[in-house]
Amino acid sequence: MNSTRRNFIKKSAALAGTILATSALEPFTAIIFAAGEPDDPTKPWYGIGIDIEKCIGCGMCAKACKLENNVSQEPFYFRSWVEQYTIKNDGTIHVESPNGGIDGFKQTVPEEEIYKTFFVPKMCNHCAKSPCTQVCPVGATFESPEGIALVDEKYCMGCSYCIQACPYGCRYLHPEKKTADKCTLCYHRITKGLEPACMEICPTHARIYGDLNDSEGELYKFLKEHNCQVLKPHLNTGSKLSYNGLSSEVR
Amino acid sequence: MPVQLKTLIPLFAVFIILFLVARHFLIPDSFGKYGHYRADAIDEIAALPINYAGKAVCVDCHDVEGEKLASDMHATLNCELCHGPNAKHADDYEIKEFLIKDGSREFCGRCHSLNPARKIEVISQIDIKEHHPEKEKCIDCHNPHAVTELTE
Repeated sequence: MNSTRRNFIKKSAALAGTILATSALEPFTAIIFAAGEPDDPTKPWYGIGIDIEKCIGCGMCAKACKLENNVSQEPFYFRSWVEQYTIKNDGTIHVESPNGGIDGFKQTVPEEEIYKTFFVPKMCNHCAKSPCTQVCPVGATFESPEGIALVDEKYCMGCSYCIQACPYGCRYLHPEKKTADKCTLCYHRITKGLEPACMEICPTHARIYGDLNDSEGELYKFLKEHNCQVLKPHLNTGSKLSYNGLSSEVR
Repeated sequence: MPVQLKTLIPLFAVFIILFLVARHFLIPDSFGKYGHYRADAIDEIAALPINYAGKAVCVDCHDVEGEKLASDMHATLNCELCHGPNAKHADDYEIKEFLIKDGSREFCGRCHSLNPARKIEVISQIDIKEHHPEKEKCIDCHNPHAVTELTE
C-alpha cells in the first residue's frame, strides 16, 4: 500500500515537472523551416502583383521566361504560363492553356456561348509559408532572406516531393538535371537591378514585382489601389502573388 | 553492469564518433547560415547569365529607334518583346543570330487579333485575316516603331 502511494506521488511529480518544462519550450510550429515573415523589416521582402484586367494574353511572358531561364521548350515544363478561362452561358468553366500560351491564344469557344472570358497569368507565388520548402527532406529548397523560394540544384536529389506539395503546380522536374526547378523571380536579374524577364517583356505592364516593406514602392501602391486577392487563400500558404480582378472561378 | 552493455558501449561510441566526423566533412560550410539550406546556393543562382539585356541597354546604341518609340503608342513596349532576347548582341554587336524582325500577321496578332478576353480599352484589335487582305504582312503598311505612320 505504501509503495503504491509513493509510486503514485513520484509519477505525478514527474508528469507535472515534464509539463512545466515543455511549457517553457517554444511552441511547436509546422512552418519551422518556412520564414513566414521577413527576418528584418528594413530589408527587401519581395512580392508580385498581376493585373488580370490588363493582361491581353499575348503569352510573351511565358515565352520570355523559357528563353531567359533556358527552360526546356517541350510543352510540359513551365516556370510561368498563361491560362484562358471561359465561363459559358450554361455555367460551365472552360480552361485552356495551349503550350502555356507560348504560341498565343485562339478563341475556341464560339462567341455566342461565352458569358465571360479572361486570361490568368500564373507563376510561383513565392509563399511566405511555402508548402514546397516545408516538405524538402534535404534542405535543397528554401526561402531566401528576401522571401523568394529557390532551389539549390546541387543539393536537390530529385525526389519530387515538393512538386506534389505545391498547390499551384509551379514546379517541375528538370528533364536533364533531374532536379526540381521553378521560378526564381529571375533572382539573377533582380540582383543585377533588372526586372524579371516576364515583367520586363509584358507589353501592358500587367505584372509587377516589388518590395512589400517599401511603403513608397510600386507594389505597395498597387495593393493599396486595387482590390487584390491571392490564389487558394484557404490553404494559408502566405502567397505573395496578388491578383487584381481575380474571379472566383480561378483555381 | 551487464557484460553485453560493456562490449556494446564502446562500439556505439565508435559509431557516434564516426557519424560526427562524417557529418563535419559532409555538411557544406555555408549550410545553416540563414536557415536549413546552403547559403552559397543563393550566390550561385544570382550569378547565372542573363539573356534579356533590357530596354535601357538597347536604346543606348539604338537611340533613333528609341526616341521614335518613346513618342508612340508602343512606348511601353520593350525592344526585346518583338526582337527577342539579345544580351549577347548587347555584349558583341556582331552577334545578330537571335535578332527577330517578324512583323507578320501571326506575330502582331498575338496581341492585336480579336479575342473576347482582350479588353478593347487595353488593346486595339483587328481581324487579322480580314484586315487589308491584299497585303501580306503588317509591316508592309505599319511601322512598328511609329504605328500611326502608314508607309502607303
